[in-house]
Amino acid sequence: MVRGVGALLLGLACVAVPAQERSLPAGALRSGSTYLSPELRAMQEDGFANPGMLWVEKGAKLWGVRAGADGRSCADCHGDARASMRGVAARYPAFDRAANRLLDLEGRINQCRAERQRAAPFAFESEELLGLTAHVASQSRGLPLKVAVDGPAAPHFARGRMLFERRIGQMNLACLHCHEWNAGRRLLAETISQGHPNAYPIYRLEWQSAGSLQRRLRACYSGVRAELPAYNSADLLDLSLFLAWRAEGLAIETPGVRR
Amino acid sequence: MADARVQVPAQVRRGESFEVKILIRHAMETGYRLTDEGKPIARNVIRELTCRYNGVLVFRAEPSSGIAANPLFTFFVTAGDSGELVFEWVDDAGARASERASVTVAP
Repeated sequence: MVRGVGALLLGLACVAVPAQERSLPAGALRSGSTYLSPELRAMQEDGFANPGMLWVEKGAKLWGVRAGADGRSCADCHGDARASMRGVAARYPAFDRAANRLLDLEGRINQCRAERQRAAPFAFESEELLGLTAHVASQSRGLPLKVAVDGPAAPHFARGRMLFERRIGQMNLACLHCHEWNAGRRLLAETISQGHPNAYPIYRLEWQSAGSLQRRLRACYSGVRAELPAYNSADLLDLSLFLAWRAEGLAIETPGVRR
Repeated sequence: MADARVQVPAQVRRGESFEVKILIRHAMETGYRLTDEGKPIARNVIRELTCRYNGVLVFRAEPSSGIAANPLFTFFVTAGDSGELVFEWVDDAGARASERASVTVAP
């Protein structure tokens, strides 16, 4: 009901941010890494043995590679990523006024590639896109997530919350049934996490590879036997924005290691 | 893909053993999986990994289907002279790759 009032206020006057009650207060937030075995947590924290570092390193190489019609590299505009990209990943997904749509970090990199470098965008889940995203996101390691959900992002945020709470699939489950009501409990052999997006791209052992948040969300859709949304679809982006807001304050851990 | 990460200490003392780590990006396809159409996916794992220290073989492994993708190998080598560690590996598809790391031995 409170949501209804918020939506009404928004619809009437587009005034301030709608009422945003948090079901997970900041003190109750638990990063996915806290559900890992000590061995896996050690693997994530080991800057050498973390296999996600293979992607980070690949991205760091690509950062300096000139591409596209203009023959420009990321570094030609952005300089040293350690300085220029620090804190950037904490603000994504973000609404881009020029493109008039919501962009996640992958989307922003591909937009930069298409418009600034005038090169062909990378395919979703390609080694290149995962690498660059991991490289950029890892510059924000330790910084708290803080996305903007007001202004033009507000409708995306509201839709993301709706998707989080809506039952889907043959299992007839919503995100919140597992990741809020039953987080910390067991689902067969797995402990259900709170479902925070603070370590992406992650190296997931089940995949034997690195993967994006969108891939992980699609895996959840598949888990509840729902129709998979396409990569970069409004559903996945809006949901990503809501998840980032829900995890506000959690430190970025990219590249995370997960089961 | 021939990318790998190697870690050796910046400096070691003669006669001491030091830890060498190598993380290799490789899919390590087990050979037990099927495509969506039910066709078997051919096994492609790193068949042999060797490490030579100034030309002398100090480590050799023959990984097989049970090893995870992007394997990490850790082993100890006794420091002799300053020089180079040369890692070489070959997979079932015949792809060869190598990586080097220099070792500085304090007198």
